[in-house]
Parts: sequence; C-alpha cells; structure tokens
Amino acid sequence: MNEFLEHGLNQNRRKFLSKLSLGLGGMALGSLMIPGIFDAKNEDDLFNNVLPHFAPKAKRVIYLFQNGAPSQLDLFDYKPMLQQMHGEDLPASIRNGQRLTGMTANQTKFPLAGTRFNFTQNKNTGAYFSETIPHIASISDELCIIRSLYTEAINHDPALTFFQTGAQVGNRPSMGSWISYGLGSENKNLPAFTVLLSKGKGNGQGVYSKLWSNGFLDSIHQGVQFSSGEEPVKYLSDPEFIDRGDKRKMLDEIAELNEQSYKEMGDPEIVTKIQQYELAYRMQMEVPEVTSLQNEPESIVKMYGPDCLLPGTYAANCLLARKLSESGVRFVQLYHQGWDGHNNLPNELVGQCKDVDQPSAALIKDLKQRGLLDETLVIWGGEFGRTNYCQGKLTKDNYGRDHHPRCFTIWMAGGGTKPGVYGETDEFGYNITNLPVHVHDFHATVMHLMGVDHEKFTFKHLGRRYRLTDVAGNVVKEIIS
Amino acid sequence: MLALVRNKKTSLVLLMLVAIVGLSIYYFTSNNVFTQKPISYNKDIRPLLSDRCFACHGPDINKMKAGLRLDLPASAFAELSKNKGHFAIVPGSPERSELIRRIESSDPHVMMPQPESHLAKLTPAEIKLFKQWIKEGAKYEKHWAFVAPQKTALPKIKNEDWTKNEIDYFISEKMEEKGLSPNEQANKENLIKRAFIDLNGLPPTYAELQTWTKNQNQNWYQLLLQQLMKKPAYGEKMSILWLDLARYSDSYGYQDDNIRTQWPWRDWVIKAFNTNMHYDQFLMQQIAGDLIPNGNKETILATAFWRNHKYTEEGGVIEEEYRVTNNIDKTRTFGKAILGVTIECAQCHDHKYDPFSAKDYYQLYAFFNMSKEKGYEGDVSISTPAKTPKLFISAEDRKNIFAYLNTKDTGKIEVSVMGDTVRPTYVLSRGRYDAPTTEVKPAGINAIMPYDTTKYERNRLGLAKWTVNKRNPLTARVFVNFIWQDIFGKGLVKTSGDFGLQGELPTHPELLDWLAVDFMEHNWDIQYLVTKIMTSATYTQSSIIHKSHLEKDPENTYYARSPRIRLKAELIRDWVLSTSGLLNPVIGGPSVKPYQPKGVWESTTSGRGQLAAYKQDHGEDLYRRGMYTFIKLTAPPPSMIIFDASNRDQCEAKRSNTNTPLQALTMLNDPTVLEASRVLAEKLSAENMSVADKINKAFSLILIRTPSSNETNRLMAYFNNQEAYLKAHQALIQKTLSAGEYQSTQKNKNAIEAAALMKTCLLLYNLEETITKS
Repeated sequence: MNEFLEHGLNQNRRKFLSKLSLGLGGMALGSLMIPGIFDAKNEDDLFNNVLPHFAPKAKRVIYLFQNGAPSQLDLFDYKPMLQQMHGEDLPASIRNGQRLTGMTANQTKFPLAGTRFNFTQNKNTGAYFSETIPHIASISDELCIIRSLYTEAINHDPALTFFQTGAQVGNRPSMGSWISYGLGSENKNLPAFTVLLSKGKGNGQGVYSKLWSNGFLDSIHQGVQFSSGEEPVKYLSDPEFIDRGDKRKMLDEIAELNEQSYKEMGDPEIVTKIQQYELAYRMQMEVPEVTSLQNEPESIVKMYGPDCLLPGTYAANCLLARKLSESGVRFVQLYHQGWDGHNNLPNELVGQCKDVDQPSAALIKDLKQRGLLDETLVIWGGEFGRTNYCQGKLTKDNYGRDHHPRCFTIWMAGGGTKPGVYGETDEFGYNITNLPVHVHDFHATVMHLMGVDHEKFTFKHLGRRYRLTDVAGNVVKEIIS
Repeated sequence: MLALVRNKKTSLVLLMLVAIVGLSIYYFTSNNVFTQKPISYNKDIRPLLSDRCFACHGPDINKMKAGLRLDLPASAFAELSKNKGHFAIVPGSPERSELIRRIESSDPHVMMPQPESHLAKLTPAEIKLFKQWIKEGAKYEKHWAFVAPQKTALPKIKNEDWTKNEIDYFISEKMEEKGLSPNEQANKENLIKRAFIDLNGLPPTYAELQTWTKNQNQNWYQLLLQQLMKKPAYGEKMSILWLDLARYSDSYGYQDDNIRTQWPWRDWVIKAFNTNMHYDQFLMQQIAGDLIPNGNKETILATAFWRNHKYTEEGGVIEEEYRVTNNIDKTRTFGKAILGVTIECAQCHDHKYDPFSAKDYYQLYAFFNMSKEKGYEGDVSISTPAKTPKLFISAEDRKNIFAYLNTKDTGKIEVSVMGDTVRPTYVLSRGRYDAPTTEVKPAGINAIMPYDTTKYERNRLGLAKWTVNKRNPLTARVFVNFIWQDIFGKGLVKTSGDFGLQGELPTHPELLDWLAVDFMEHNWDIQYLVTKIMTSATYTQSSIIHKSHLEKDPENTYYARSPRIRLKAELIRDWVLSTSGLLNPVIGGPSVKPYQPKGVWESTTSGRGQLAAYKQDHGEDLYRRGMYTFIKLTAPPPSMIIFDASNRDQCEAKRSNTNTPLQALTMLNDPTVLEASRVLAEKLSAENMSVADKINKAFSLILIRTPSSNETNRLMAYFNNQEAYLKAHQALIQKTLSAGEYQSTQKNKNAIEAAALMKTCLLLYNLEETITKS
C-alpha cells in the first residue's frame, strides 16, 4: 500500500473504522480490506465488545417471511374439532373477550371454519402438514415447528414491524441490521444484509423499507435490496459506454487525484473514500456472478421448479438466497406477499402454496446437499396467525379468516435447531395451551443460535441502551440441538 | 505535534506535562489537576450515576431497588432501609460511604453495578472521581439543561488576536486548555464555497465565483453572507433541517401508503426562513397557529407541522389505537425537535433517567389529545389528500394570502392541520390505548419550567407561550445547537435530540449558553445567529488536518480546524444539477419524481392507492432541487437514502454520515450524474476556448477553485486518452452523449471532444472534494 494511505490509516484507526461504519463485526471486513490494520493495541473498546459472545450454531440466516400471515389452521395446526363444528359459533369461553380487528369486531356471529384441506402426519415428530404443501411435508424430518408463537399486534404494519425490529412502532434497526452490526459480513465484496422481494396472487399487503432499516445504527447496516433481474443492486451497472477497462482507468485517476487531495488536506476520510470506490468496483464484479442464475445445473432448476429462472419470483429468490448465503451474506431476508386471506382463503392459499412450497423445501434440501444446512438457519413464517372463525360468508368449502395474534405456527430448519414440534394450542386452535413463544423469545433464540447473548448485545442511542429484544425475551432452549 | 510547537510557547509547556503524566490518566488529570477545578456533579458525577446506577436507583420508582434513589440527595444520604446503620453516601467521608465500597468490590454479591445488569464496572479513574466528589461534600446540582442559560463573561485567553467575535473566546479557551492552536484562515475560494453551501446549499455560478474572488472590499465576506441570505435558495437550504425534525413526507406511510398533500406546509417553512421569521414566531405559529390572536389561514397552515406523521389506511384497524399512536408521535416530536428531550420513555413508565413521570408525559400528550382528528377515516379505497381537521385553500386564496404557493393545480387544495375539541385525557397504563387510568389536564413539563396556568392557557396556545418564554431553559439552547450542528456537522451537545440526563454534556457549555441567551436577546433572529457563527474565526479557519490534530483531537471536539463534511443527500443532487446548468430553480409546489432505479415502488407496494407504480416526470420537473423529490414513506428515494437522508418515518435530530461503496456506485452510475456530465460537456465543447481552458473551467465550476497545474496536466492526459479511445471506438461516442432526457439546443460540432469531456466531467463529479464542504 501506498505510504500516504498507510499514514492516514495508522493515524486514526478508530475514526476510520467508525466512518467505515462497519460496526463491531466490521472488523472482519476492515481487516480483509487493509491487512494489518487491526494489529495495534489499545483498541480496548472495540475488542471488549467483540461478537459472538459464545460459539455460534448458525453462521448465517435466511428468513423466508410470508407477508400477510398464512393460515396456520390450513397448513400446520390441524384441528379436527373445527371441521366437526363447522358453522357453529365460537364458544365465548374460548374467545374470552379478546380484542378483534375492526373488520370482524362488528360481526354478530363467529362461525367456526374447519379447514377444507386434508392433512398428513409425520410419524416421527407428530407434525401435521396440509395437502397444499407436499414438498415441505417431504422434508419434515428437518423441521423444527413452533405451533405456539404469539404476538401483541393485530394489524399488519405493527405486526411486521414487531417481527423485524422488536418494536411495533419506531424506527428501530431490523434483525438483519443488528446481525450486520454485530457480526459483519463474511464476504468483503457483498453486504452483510440483503433483501429479496416477491409477490403472490393472493390478497397482498405491501412491504416497506423501514422493515430492513438500520434504525439508529449506521446506514451501512441497512438491508440492501437484491434481485435476480438485470440490475441486481441499485446503481450497480455501468452505463453502456463504459467498459471494465475504461472504468478501471477512471477509478485509477479518481484515486490519484483524491490521494493528492489527501496529501494536502490530511483527512483520513479521503482514504476511506478511495477504499470505498475500490470496494464498489469489486462489488460490480462479484454481484452479477452471484446473482446470475443462468449457470445453475438442470438438477437445481428441477429442484426449485421452473419459476426459479424467472427473475422476481419467490422460487428465483430462494435460489438467489442460497447463492448469497453460500457466498457469505450473513442475513438474507425474503418477503413473499399475498397471504392475507380475509375472504376466499382456501383458493388463495392454494395459489400461494404453489409459489412457495417447492422452492422453500428445495432450499433446505439444497443447503443440506452442500453441507451448509448445519450452519445456516432457515426461518419460515408470517407476522401473526388467522382466526378459527370465518370472516365474511361461510360456505362448505370457502371461508375467510381474520388476523389472529394469539397463536400461530412458524418453522425453522438447520442452524442448530432441533427437528420436532414445539408448543400446543387448544382444540379450537384459538389459545395456546402449552409452551408459548413470544416474538421476543423468538428473537432471543435466533440471536442465541448466532452466538449472541441478546441481553448483552446493546446499542446506546439517545441515552438509552437498546436491544433487539427490548427489555424481554427468553431463549427457547428446548428447540436447540 | 510540529504545528503545536511552532505556534505557541505555552502549549509546549503543556505538551511536556502531558508527556510526563502519560496518556492513560490524561482524561482525569486534564479535568481536575491542571485546571484545579472542583469536581462537578453535572459534569463528572451525574453522567456516571445516570449511566450505571439510575436504571435501579433513579427516577423510575417502579424499578427502584432497595428503596434507594441516587438522583436525590435526601435518599442518597439517608440510612439504608435494607442495611441499618449504613449510608450510600456520607458527605465528606468516602470511607464510610457504602456506594464506594460497592463500586470498588469485585464480589458478585456486593459489587455495583450488579453483574446481571450487564452494565460496565466503573474504572479506577471513575471511582476516584466519586471519592473526590464525596470528599468535597457530595454536592448535587440540578441538571444543567433544566436551568435557564446565562451569559458568562468572556473567558480570558492568550490568543486574542485570533478572535473575530465572542464565539472564538470560548473556543480558544478550550483549545488552549488542550494545547491546541487554530488553523490559519481559509483561503477565499474555500470561504466562498463554504458560505454558498451553508446558506444556499448550491454552488456559486462561474460568474459569481469570479466576482467574489476579485472583490477587494474589506467586508467582502460579510457582504457575501448578506447577499446569500437574500436569495430564495436560503430558505430552501435552511428548511431541510426542519423537514427532518418535522418528519415531512408526501405520502401517508403504512402499507398502502397513498399520496397526501402536506407540501403547502413545506412551502410555508421555506417562506418563513426567507422572510427571516424569528424563531419564537416560527414556533408560535406552528404550535398554535389556529389558536393565536389575529391568526389567519396562513397561521393555520403552519400547524400542519403536527400532522406530518403517518396515517394508517389499513382495513380493520381499531380507530382509537391509531388516534393514540398519532398523538404519541406528536408528543415525541415536540419533545425531541423543540425541547431536545426523549420524553417518550415516560409513555409507559416514569422516565428512568430524567425527572419526567408518566403523569408529566400525559399532561403534555393532553395538548394533542384535544385535536379533533380521528385515528382512522377509512381504508385506502376512500383515501383523501388530507385528514380531518383540514384547511381548504381555494383558488381565490392562492391569489392573495397564499400567492407564494406554486402549483399548476387549479382546484381546491386540502391540507391536514390542527383544530381542537373537548376531550379528556387519561394516563394510559403501559402506554396502551385501551388502558386509561387517572385523568390529567394539559400542562408543560414542570421539571423543565413550571407551567403557570395563570399565564398559560391549558391548550396549545399556552404550550406555545410556555415554549418560547425566555426562561424556558431548553428552547433556545436546542435550536442554537441544531444550527451549530448543521454548520459544523455535530452539535455542541452531540446528542442534539437528547439534552436529558443520558444525553452527552455540551463540549462548550458556556458557549452554548452564551449563544442561546444572545439569540433570545436578539429576539430569536435566525439570520443574526447564523451570521454570528459564520463570521467567527472558528468557522472561517482552514480545514486542513495536521498530524497533531489527529493525535490530540481526532474528532475535532475543540475546533482547532474547520470541519470537512460530506454534503447532505439533497445537496449532492443540487450540486450536480446546478454546476451543469440543469437546475430548475423553481421554489415549492407538489413534489416531483425524477429518475429512479426501476421497481423501487413496484416491488414493495400492496398494489392499492395512487402510488403503486412510479410515474417518472419529464422535462423541467426532472431538474428540481433534491428537497422536492417525492418522498414515499415506504419506499423513500434510494439516491437520498444511500447518502443518509432521513427516511422521515419519525422526527430525526441527526443524520448519520457514512462513506460506503453504494455511494460510489450512485455517483458513478446515477443517470442524473451522467446526464449532468454530458450536458456540461456539451456546453463547454461549444465554447470558443482551448481544451485545457475548458477542463479548467469545468474544474472551477464543480470544485469552486482553480486547479493546480498538476491537476490540469493529469486531467488533460485523461482527456487525451479518452479522446484517442473514442476515436478508435466511434460507436461509443453517441452513447456517451445520450445520457438523460435533456435535449441540447445545439448539435455537437465536435462530438469526440464533447464525449471525452463528458468522461472528464463525470470524473470530476466523483472526486471526494466535490461533494465535501471543506
């Protein structure tokens, strides 16, 4: 390295680090970029906070968020009682005066709606799966199913925000941002936290960039939206009149002039700028390689289904998620819209399952065959559940379901989770009867799997130490292998 | 180090002392041995108590352990209820103080903070401070920010020659204390660039740069400031800070995120700054423009400030839940933006660090709870541009009182504003909308300043008067600090949104107070304040960073140099558009939709509402200032967010300032930058001068200085290389000259030259110095 750059870096490692805004885990990235930068002593603050706190089970997370809230009663939480009592009113003793959304609060009757679908059971774990998700059922030996999740929010926006940031309102950092800040990226040319979006045909609820926001952490920790389309990252592609050699020449000249400015002004920030232009150049090489799905073998395409070659589909995003994760991206967050089945739920559900069933299962199988499942935590689930009673018109085979925060199902695979079923709901599928898991507990558990003590991992902002789990959360030890 | 020794004999002595004592105890000694100052509760002790002790022994009585409060001397000095015969603090006697025994202990059953709190153990230096404080009598003081500021006499300093106004005395005092000396004055070109950025957010034109560089008037700099403050761009630049605090946006937020009309309020803010409305008036009108005597439609428009928060249009929400949520947002914004306190903690429980109870919180909240608004007015299918209560602006109004509103729209405009009704307020248990407990009446926060109901009405008019009363200890300090932050990149209080007990202490408390009082003495005149700061020697010194700066003051806490700061997101866009001549300088009006990467709105939308798909504008609307770029809350403009702009989701007191690869990609590939490079290149190419002169002119336009001969040579070499390359690759020429929609009036006579110049301009836009205030 050039003598002047070296000088700038040595002068002010700490400032350089903080301005690179890489957070604690950023040291890995920083040290990859400039070998030897962290050799010096007395960086006590930084080293005292080094994560992980203990040996992690999972190194990376892929979170398959089912946006809009899939119906647990039509997918995982099988309740024959509802089929027997189809059309009868929800007993008041079960509802127990709990609040309802404005969409059904004025209904005079709450007729129970039994699922239209047939279920099969995995004899080893006892888990049930509806006929709409045969592929997921086929990997059931890998799945850690939690049937007793619950949340506090009853509407989409606050519930989603709660799941992603640990608070219903407020501009707090997303889970992925926390992980980025704490653990950094494993790949010097890719961001630690990436986001992939897709939409089903079912009733949709929008997503919003606040969900992958860095909150009060530095903005380098915000989720970077990726896609498998022409421009995988915003502003990544060079204009057509600039080729790589040409770009290299321009960057060299920019670096040269910036360096002269550094000699004159002495600002270490200029050195950082030079480095960031280099990193941008490397991203331009690496990102298209990672995001291109064209060279995937036939067997992979078959596994994920033909949609996986169509940019922007859930299938393509699952495949892309595997590639990003394999390349060292810490946290890959997917959102698939369309699960908000207020009416016509069974028909919409079939369509949604067609989108997600095969690719979700393929992702698990693919990670497993690559030996990556053990160190990659995959999460599948929505922001709350759906009611056991019908919203709108109930017929023999059609119904709608309103939002239900009291209990719902999510599943996880790999990353140190223990396959099996955890938690129980009552025979109406309305209340939790055993082993409840709050969203904060879920966050605490994910952090634990990543080797992070959720109570110790804090960030001081405007006078308060914040953490993903706010002031609550218990690790669910029973689901850890 | 060299710079230090060269400048001052006195600092050499200091330097030697520092070397002898050693850096590890520098912090401690610098505060208490060299300067012989007694331990200050506010400065030395309270931050430690607040950070490590108050979580269990502070103002939140529900979390109090062992019945002990360390924030109140009566409790701290009393016999411990759980440990008879012992006292947490015995003034004058550290040996008998249980607190000392506990913080010194490493026995997990005895030590404080307790290990399970995860709070760090106090360091030996911190323990020493505690002992010294107790020895000196354990004197408590009221939190500095809750005591009205006073002007102190200017400190005695050695370097009086350097000073230009009062600010410099305070700055110099600290600098001398730390053995630092100021930089030389910045050169003329530098000062011109800085002043244009801070007052207009725009670069000087080529002609302006020439005029001001050649101006020999002794007072040229003062004249420059005066002239810049008269330009309409001044109001635009100043507004950006306020729009962040006021969480301004063009959509309702939440998932359907439909369009709304709050921009007339934004234009009111611009006008207020441009007419130099004084800050007390500025607040009076925004807080209570609907209630003030002699109010009119314009003052009612000002109250739209409160209504900039999000508004749900999600089907099935519970109305009351969101009415409460919206009023919580108003309360938070008032606390953070105007009083600089994080009052929201007291929404669920008594504040853990500040003397704000839940009752205090709901008394403040009560002012907003009287608003007529509903929490929900139906889903997106029946969305309207404003929510009740609304201000209607007719075509007739736009000929008169609202002549400054710029819109092509001929119909009626509606804006969400304030308007009160009668509604009782209750303390909400744990902040839950459905858990009201005791009733409270509207009142300001007593710990800040008593709310005397004989003077202040129990409505927003009273609140406004309480806020701008000159004895309110926070209002002036907080605003002065925001202006300082805007100019220097960080506030005198770095936590500009938190002046409470957990916030950072001011780096220059006497200066902050002096400025706050001076500001009020000058009737809250914002231009006076800005001029005062910008004419100081502190501001006008050079920003060169010497090795000694990085060793002694890497964060520039003591201002021995002017800061180097990357431009705000909006101003980067303005810089590029203005220097290329593309900028459309129209003020205000509905926000516009310039180039944006594909799919930003489409990939996130629910599919409902008018903003499901991004319909990019064309023509003149492509070239408006960055502050007019349409902000859709759920998918804010990427080129802004990448450069740390606020996402406007909530009141934001301070943007982060990052330096990332995505920023590099944006400057290299954003069609706006490519188009500007092309248009500027075509213009230069058409001029009758040598290529070297063209390149020098581009350099001056973009970097606001004359290039060095070395720089000219390098750029010429780059240009020549590009020209040769394009000669060999003729197909690229047209592509290079086709970036963006702008149609040049003349055909390029020398297309190869124009194309090679385009690349050169693009390079110039990508230099670090270009988008840096230096």
